[in-house]
Amino acid sequence: MLVLRHGRIAVRLEWRSVVVCAVLALAAAGVAVLALMTGSYQLGPGQVVSALTGGETGLVHDIVVEWRLPRVAAALVFGAALGVSGAVFQSILRNPLADPGIIGFSQGSYTGALIVILVVNGTYWQLVGGALVGGMATALAVYLLAHRRGVQGFRLIIVGIGVSAMLDSLNTWLILKAELEQAMAAAAWGAGSLNGVSWDRVVIGGACIAVFLLMAAMLSRPMRQMELGDDAAASQGVRVSPVRLGLIAVGVALTATVTAASGPIAFISLLAPQIARRLARTAGITLAPAALVGALLCLAADYIAQHIAPTPLPVGIITVMLGGGYLGRLLFTEARRRL
Amino acid sequence: MTALALRHDGPGTVPVPGPRRRLIGLVVALVVLLLLLVLSVMIGSTAIAPSVVWDALFHPSADIDQFAIRDYRLPRTVAGLVVGAALGVSGALIQALTRNPLADPGILGLHAGASFAVTVAVGLLGVRDIGGYMWFAFAGALIVTLMVLALGATRQGQSPVVMVLAGVCIGAVLRGAGSALELTNPAAFDVMRAWNAGSIVARPLDLVWPIVPFLVVGLVLAVVVSGSLNAMALGDDLAAAQGVRLTRTRVLAIIALTLLAGGATAIAGPIGFVGLMVPHVARWIVGPNQRWIFAYSVLLAPILLLASDILGRVVMHPSEIPVGIVTAFVGAPVLIVLVRRKKASRL
Repeated sequence: MLVLRHGRIAVRLEWRSVVVCAVLALAAAGVAVLALMTGSYQLGPGQVVSALTGGETGLVHDIVVEWRLPRVAAALVFGAALGVSGAVFQSILRNPLADPGIIGFSQGSYTGALIVILVVNGTYWQLVGGALVGGMATALAVYLLAHRRGVQGFRLIIVGIGVSAMLDSLNTWLILKAELEQAMAAAAWGAGSLNGVSWDRVVIGGACIAVFLLMAAMLSRPMRQMELGDDAAASQGVRVSPVRLGLIAVGVALTATVTAASGPIAFISLLAPQIARRLARTAGITLAPAALVGALLCLAADYIAQHIAPTPLPVGIITVMLGGGYLGRLLFTEARRRL
Repeated sequence: MTALALRHDGPGTVPVPGPRRRLIGLVVALVVLLLLLVLSVMIGSTAIAPSVVWDALFHPSADIDQFAIRDYRLPRTVAGLVVGAALGVSGALIQALTRNPLADPGILGLHAGASFAVTVAVGLLGVRDIGGYMWFAFAGALIVTLMVLALGATRQGQSPVVMVLAGVCIGAVLRGAGSALELTNPAAFDVMRAWNAGSIVARPLDLVWPIVPFLVVGLVLAVVVSGSLNAMALGDDLAAAQGVRLTRTRVLAIIALTLLAGGATAIAGPIGFVGLMVPHVARWIVGPNQRWIFAYSVLLAPILLLASDILGRVVMHPSEIPVGIVTAFVGAPVLIVLVRRKKASRL
């Protein structure tokens, strides 16, 4: 146990968590340098580091700082946000497979985005607005439809499946009716893509995410207490209902920001907390390792997506495949052990 | 099957109508289905009178309306009937097999397999017509199911839980690979966005007939295992004690459902919700006996599919909505109402 003290404030940290976090951060930094080096104009690690510290001017500076860095920063920040969002959902629903997709958020924001892209033919910021409105409206509709003297987990999942299926059909219909080129652009957004991110988008999205992450960190202690059960937490002075509502709001807001900025990037919010828990060997869900695993996953997946095919692919395609594979391995070993 | 086939009409808490009323219900469903078959031939971009329909079938001439019926509406109706019946029974099979009342044939990764195979056929091999990639879809569905069967083998035989998980994972990986292929190949994307919607338009009869024998085999196998599935509903141990061979039953049931759902997907593309909802509703009407559930599913599923298809022709007239899109809009509200009832039906 590591205890940091500064005046009246003290932070207690598990040694293993600290080491795991440090290793994850180093790994993410390594992949980031690799991503900044690679492209149609190859650079060496020395050039990248000196460009980042302001030692380069001209072309090298532009390539690293203006072209490649926004994308790397977006992958790191969005990945961290997705990791924390998943951790929050898995903790409050006490279900290791929970993620914000359950309440139809991704399908709803895709519908909103499709309407903006295909019907209104709007700008990037209209797209962000459409995705947010679509996602939020869907989540609210699912919550209300599942509400019948309180919301019960099973009912929420089934209503989520039903509403998602309808929106999936609507999305298919919109794609089917659109011009081919527009439809493909929309489908690339729908797969979750970091193509074309620029500094202004990263800064605005990142600022929102920073605020939400701070809120999540403030709620993390009562969240850990609530993992022991509502009654146990209440007896320790946690006000259970407002804390839970706050956590849901933060979790949805984090996913919403990422989805609005880059489309629904699948599986990171589901995988990151799982991997983090196994690495840090903590009993419950911890936010910091989940954030770092999310950032590393997203960055690595985006690196693969950019360089595996002649044309860059949406990062979401890689996360789906990685996610399916990892989930398969995980579930298999557990299912077989139980049988 | 053996005489051990149980006639369990529910645990006693849920009232289940007697055989007489169930038979009457079956006849009513049959009449509704026949009515929809006729309507499906009559209704479309132009409404055609019943007498012309009759003439087209039994006194053919070169009349333009007769042409529309013989070449477009009749094949479409036959496809709807065949695909619907296959989806209904395959849904009942997967729900019985996994003891999960909300399982769908797609859960075993079957749609993802079919879809991926069609993407490969269109994108890499340059196959362009439905008659060609139909067989890829069928093969894709079969291969994925075989993989799921192999991965689901544990020391104690086939485990439905592991099979479902395997299906979900294989499905995710194939979906990712499929969309990578589509997004880099506009021609494939164009074909796939239509195929993925699920449609029974433009499936000439000579494309449907070769699939039918597979569906018949699947249907026969389903009836053969129905008794064992009834016994297995009471639990594996109890079923084994009654002489049911668990692994054999599961493998046969999987083969049956793959032939049925794979064949249906080959003809129409992935159509959701029919296989999920119809057996659920059937169980709600007739109780847990698989034979009755199969009998009702075989009629109710084409009813839902044909009604959705007719609706899709009428709603946005003169343009049409593919049936796979309509079924979700018809099916999902019903599912939500069902789950909001006090007691959602369990298997």
